[in-house]
Amino acid sequence: MPVPQPIERHTISVIADNEPGVLARIVGLFSGRGYNIESLTVAETDASAHLSRFTIVTSGTPMVIEQIKSQLDRLVPVHRVRDMTLGGPHVERELALLKVVATGEKRVESLRLADVFRAKVIDSTIQSFVFEITGATDKVNAFIDILRPLGLVEVSRTGVAAIARGTEAM
Amino acid sequence: MSSVADATSPDLRAELTGSEIVLKALVDQGVELIFGYPGGAVLPIYDALFQQNALRHILVRQEGGAVHAAEGYARSTGKVGVVLVTSGPGATNAVTGLTDALMDSIPVICLTGQVPTHLIGNDAFQEADTTGITRPCTKHNYLVKDVRQLARVMHEAFHVATSGRPGPVVIDLPKDVLFAKGPYVGPEAVKHRSYNPRRVPEQARIAEAVDLLMKAKRPIVYGGGGIINSGPEASRLVTEFVRRSGFPCTLTLMGLGAVPAADPHFLGMLGMHGSYEANMAMHDCDVMFAIGSRFDDRVTGRLSAFSPGSRKIHVDIDPSSINKNVRVEVPVVGDVAETMKAILAEWDRRRAEPDRKALATWWEQIESWRARKCFAFAQGADVIKPQYAVQRLYELTRDRETFITTEVGQHQMWAAQLYRFERPNRWMTSGGLGTMGYGLPAAMGVQLAHPDALVVDVAGEASTLMNIQELSTIVQYRLPVKVFILNNRYMGMVRQWQELLHGNRYSESYMDALPDFVKLAEAFGCVGLRCARPGDLDGVIREMMANGRPTVVDVAVDEKENCFPMIPSGAAHNEMILGPSGKDSPGKPVSEEGMVLV
Repeated sequence: MPVPQPIERHTISVIADNEPGVLARIVGLFSGRGYNIESLTVAETDASAHLSRFTIVTSGTPMVIEQIKSQLDRLVPVHRVRDMTLGGPHVERELALLKVVATGEKRVESLRLADVFRAKVIDSTIQSFVFEITGATDKVNAFIDILRPLGLVEVSRTGVAAIARGTEAM
Repeated sequence: MSSVADATSPDLRAELTGSEIVLKALVDQGVELIFGYPGGAVLPIYDALFQQNALRHILVRQEGGAVHAAEGYARSTGKVGVVLVTSGPGATNAVTGLTDALMDSIPVICLTGQVPTHLIGNDAFQEADTTGITRPCTKHNYLVKDVRQLARVMHEAFHVATSGRPGPVVIDLPKDVLFAKGPYVGPEAVKHRSYNPRRVPEQARIAEAVDLLMKAKRPIVYGGGGIINSGPEASRLVTEFVRRSGFPCTLTLMGLGAVPAADPHFLGMLGMHGSYEANMAMHDCDVMFAIGSRFDDRVTGRLSAFSPGSRKIHVDIDPSSINKNVRVEVPVVGDVAETMKAILAEWDRRRAEPDRKALATWWEQIESWRARKCFAFAQGADVIKPQYAVQRLYELTRDRETFITTEVGQHQMWAAQLYRFERPNRWMTSGGLGTMGYGLPAAMGVQLAHPDALVVDVAGEASTLMNIQELSTIVQYRLPVKVFILNNRYMGMVRQWQELLHGNRYSESYMDALPDFVKLAEAFGCVGLRCARPGDLDGVIREMMANGRPTVVDVAVDEKENCFPMIPSGAAHNEMILGPSGKDSPGKPVSEEGMVLV
């Protein structure tokens, strides 16, 4: 029997019919079979064809990742499944909204760091900022970590959206 | 004339009601028979049923029975089994059968009533979130909120239920949609946008498979229910391959009949209660050719010790079944019949000849395992051994067109071990889910599809009580189903595990206060027979076969008999226990890890 396989993190894109219950089907598949979901984003991407695109970040052994893709592909409303992690170069982005409540030096420092991370201020009061940051998950994580001691009180993240580089379309 | 037929005449191509669309779609899909139970939400369909003659409705006594009956019908014919139940409790009662059909890949369409669309979500009377409840236990489900989508959904459901790995599909029908009028389209007008599974395998994979098969020195063919699902042609082609190659073949519980039991290449069923020779051959083989089987835990035993020295080819129509439990070297996605055609063609093209010398040595080894006669039992003069009862049933019915269903437990394993199936679709059993209460309603479905055949439910006294109400259906439709109860007054398999794992503490596994099965049968209007002595058994079986009526046979068997051979949970194929005593049975057969496995 093979030695235990390493746990890998994969980003999987799914195109599916935008119909009632399709999200429940996909989420139910993950919970029912004990797979992980690290993040999941979904929105309709083609209104005329009633298609939605899911981006799922999951982790597991290569055998489990293979299973996840096969199981997703087997769902009746699913049109296409692509493993972005294996499918060549791609870009991943997520957006986060971060609320910092602080005054004095901490407030100024948070604004300076926002500039370093190319985050935008989209709301402010005398005691607070809301920053908008877009980037790869690691960058968002880094910005959150650095804001934590500076009065970070609330985080809202979209989860990862991903797309392949180059001319190829899914 | 019926309203369904009326709607087909061109001058009346007006819109149909939802109920009429449902029935017309069923007729256009070739359905002749549906199993159901009425209720408030489906009354419009029952009213439309009343006014037509194309579809026959079988009134069961509980919705669970309807689904198992549809499974039996489907499994024995290769057609789709259709069920019609009402909302709420009607739908929830169907859930066990749907799960059973999902696990065993049986094509079933289950129409469920639903409260009218404007009441959905309001906790209305007999409302249940049927699509929510059945999402994980169906291949797919639909809630039809618009009558204009109804015909398309009906036809799509048949496509989904039957293509790829077959399975159950639920269509939830709100009552207002059944009354509303909408257009009808025929099956030919519906093509599925996303679900069109591959049937024909990739040629490159076929070549790799044949490469491996040609080099095999200790091969084994391990076939499963996928062969049966693919149709009789698949069984014929697999048998042809086995005979031409001279390879030994074993079948799973779901695959029995795919290769004739009388064929000398057939080693019997494999797995937890499979034959010694089949399991040993699986363990020691160098090339495993898995066809339409899914490496289920009952088959593999301890995964880390499963067939450690073999390279594996796995043919399956469902890519998610491949590399799920066991890594294989050559995955082949395709329908079994299509794949075997391609394999045989490639075999011919290369004028393939297996290594006959190695194969002869391999067969010698297998024959030495076979010589252990692992299914042997000693029948005395006084008490009927359950194995003897199954064996006599087989001997006396083998020359008739016979279909066997089972409940779940020891009797099921004895039937699988000792009843010999020469053809596919003759054996209906709950394999994946292990549903007690499956066999009686399933037998009903089989008998309806094969009115002149002998249909026997090999049962245990505990299982059969789980759906005993269906005796009433059997009487109503004059179905000469035979219920052959191996009565040991225990939930035998539960007790067997309590002996192996729990120090003989028979916690709640003794069936106290059993009914008098003869009187019970008579109360329903069936014939009741009893047999307690080995010498009387043949006479009772003959009487059962000859009377042409629904019959319950209560066979009092050895209460303490256990089912062997057995791979204890957590053990490997080559760690089988052959019997209850002697050197073959280690003191503590089950490891700590094995204890937690079911």
